[in-house]
Amino acid sequence: MANVAKRQFDAVIVGAGGAGMRAALQLSEAGIKTAVLSKVFPTRSHTVAAQGGISASLGNVQEDHWQWHMYDTVKGSDWLGDQDAIEFMCKTAPEAIIELEHFGMPFDRVESGRIYQRPFGGHTSNFGEKPVQRACAAADRTGHALLHTLYQRNVRANTQFFVEWMALDLIRDADGDVVGVTALEMETGEVYIFHAKAVLFATGGSGRIYAASTNAFINTGDGLGMSARAGIPLEDMEFWQFHPTGVHGAGVLITEGVRGEGGILLNANGERFMERYAPNLKDLAPRDFVSRCMALEVLEGRGAGKNKDHVLLKLDHLGPDVINHRLPSIREIAIKFAGVDPTKDPIPVIPTCHYQMGGIPTNYHGEVTIPKGDDLEARVNGFYAAGECACASVHGANRLGTNSLLDLVVFGKSSGDAMVNFIRKEQTSFKPLPADAADRSLSRIARLDAQTGGEEVAVVRAAIQTVIQSRAGVFRNSENMAKGVSEIKEVAERVKRTQTKDKSKVWNTARVEALETDNLIEVAVATMLSAENRKESRGAHSHDDFTDRDDKVWMRHTLFHSAERNITYKPVHQKPLTVDYIPPKERTF
Amino acid sequence: MKMHFKIYRYDPDRDEKPYMKDYDVELEPSDKKLLDALVRLKAVDDTLSFRRSCREGVCGSDAMNINGKNGLACVTDVADLKQPVEIRPLPGLPVIRDLVVDMTQFFKQYNSIKPYVINDTVPPEHERLQSPKDREELDGLYECILCACCSTSCPSFWWNPDKFVGPAGLLAAYRFIADTRDTAINERLDNLEDPYRLFRCHSIMNCVDVCPKHLNPTKAIGKIKDLMVKRIA
Repeated sequence: MANVAKRQFDAVIVGAGGAGMRAALQLSEAGIKTAVLSKVFPTRSHTVAAQGGISASLGNVQEDHWQWHMYDTVKGSDWLGDQDAIEFMCKTAPEAIIELEHFGMPFDRVESGRIYQRPFGGHTSNFGEKPVQRACAAADRTGHALLHTLYQRNVRANTQFFVEWMALDLIRDADGDVVGVTALEMETGEVYIFHAKAVLFATGGSGRIYAASTNAFINTGDGLGMSARAGIPLEDMEFWQFHPTGVHGAGVLITEGVRGEGGILLNANGERFMERYAPNLKDLAPRDFVSRCMALEVLEGRGAGKNKDHVLLKLDHLGPDVINHRLPSIREIAIKFAGVDPTKDPIPVIPTCHYQMGGIPTNYHGEVTIPKGDDLEARVNGFYAAGECACASVHGANRLGTNSLLDLVVFGKSSGDAMVNFIRKEQTSFKPLPADAADRSLSRIARLDAQTGGEEVAVVRAAIQTVIQSRAGVFRNSENMAKGVSEIKEVAERVKRTQTKDKSKVWNTARVEALETDNLIEVAVATMLSAENRKESRGAHSHDDFTDRDDKVWMRHTLFHSAERNITYKPVHQKPLTVDYIPPKERTF
Repeated sequence: MKMHFKIYRYDPDRDEKPYMKDYDVELEPSDKKLLDALVRLKAVDDTLSFRRSCREGVCGSDAMNINGKNGLACVTDVADLKQPVEIRPLPGLPVIRDLVVDMTQFFKQYNSIKPYVINDTVPPEHERLQSPKDREELDGLYECILCACCSTSCPSFWWNPDKFVGPAGLLAAYRFIADTRDTAINERLDNLEDPYRLFRCHSIMNCVDVCPKHLNPTKAIGKIKDLMVKRIA
């Protein structure tokens, strides 16, 4: 460790997407010495690709209340979401959106001058009665507008960014407390220790464990991998959202906002099949439900195209004005990636891996909690997580569209506040670094540099993606998942022997990809083993051999422990903060 | 389909000077965009470094010079490209390695225009109201992805990257000038009142030609110049 350079900051944030940058603002503006580490320039983070909207019960277009939003979110989660965290998020949403507007976010407007809101899947008025316009939108570029606004606000706040620095490992001391991270400066290839009083992971999702994903190349689950290697269990990793409308063949996202604006799904016969499955919400039922209906249409031979392997998203009836004004990027994406102009022809779409509901276990303050003796949710001192990498759990077994951007700003802020408090009141001085603080990272790199007779990263990564794509898809069954478990364990052995030709220190992306693959495999193993273990159907986990939701046994969170590869559980938080518990019922739309 | 590429290579750890390397790449039918081809190529030669992320033209990572013109690899149809496909890093910025350039100067200029809404009045409890018409003024301005295709195709930026804000930064400057919620127009114009920062733009319009988001920095710059003139008058 003697040779490893050290930097000291009160707070270190890993990740500069929506959650990381919202948290950074809280810390910078409170005058806390903060470093934000990011693999990519902040505005390249994957928040930028979010399209349709960010939810809040502003009621700018139709009557709305946060209690309705909360109900929809609980029902959307298939009763796996923690109701205290969900109440906190939905109640805080309006002020969080107003704050973004005050920051300068260029929301679309309605005639009154207030923020434009559109309908979205699973968002209803009066506890499930009919769709409501709750999604605050900046055309179909809401994530771009949000991320750039937060970056701009951080420029104003003089936040210190370490751009193109990849965090490698979490540093925990003998008490199990988090005291920093190691990180690789990509430009020089040097490893540094960032010594901190508090560390926030805001590293985003891991959708790249699937072969077909809406996710960016950078979404490799780095925060989850680092946590798993440092003995932090991962929560509810069996729950992966398949977005109904990924462009067939390309995987690129087409926002649910298309259906919010009036677009409809058709099968090969030209039938609007969602009317059959969800007579009330139709095409605006939640994503897990719509994705299953689409997959069923294809399985039962009503898929479109010469291979009958997709369905069609029709929006030409909205007219060029609505499409060009409200959905301009969708038109661009359809032309570029599907070769169709949606003002004339439908877009071929297929359910595509989109979002990870599970993640690093936290409470609604972003504090990471793990089982310790009798306490199933003991705080890990100095460790916080927010955004897609975290599991608060507000999304439970299925996330509602637009709740992800909301999650970023609400929990980015609450975790930032919790860190300010921790640094000022609890951890006022730095805990010493353990002697072996950098050893794990250095040995990972040394292994890679010395590896001979290993496999190429691209080959091993493809093997992970093939297993997960074929064994942890929209529909799952015992036999298939059991195969997946043994296959992914075999691939995990191959990951230990990845090899790169590139041994240069400067901007060595081969090395970065190898290190990312170490993270992907942690997520993939957790996903496959957690999925195989859950013997019920709930939200996005649809099990052919256990087709019902089993609240008696399975209304509980999975905790996957990497070192032992075993699973423990913790109960769902049934007690909201102020309102009555929303008891489970059958989930129909 | 086999395609022939010539790619700029330079690794300061190993190479004395940059060189162009020839590659013949066997493409699969699913390799539609230039980025697909580069990823395919990298699976064979992992020493080629380039930035990439969203692969759908919204993150701005994979800007490069493609057959002499700046563009994003992820939205460029590979089949349309003339062979050999010559790929170089964005011109005018220091090369760190291969196709990876040092963008510090570019972002420094962006930050210099104070890219955030300035409004010192106490905000209302609800939104600061803005009519749909006023909001439309921001269309064609806020969508910039900071890929730097424009600024690095601009001769004025090549000569004076430290003094001329460049098309991306000036587009952003006008984005805030045009925002009815911003109260610092005069301060913003003062910040650009300089022989270099704004007035080095000679309307060459390379920026408009290369912008992958079809934005028009030249038009925005023209509007700032108009405001400067009006202010004097």
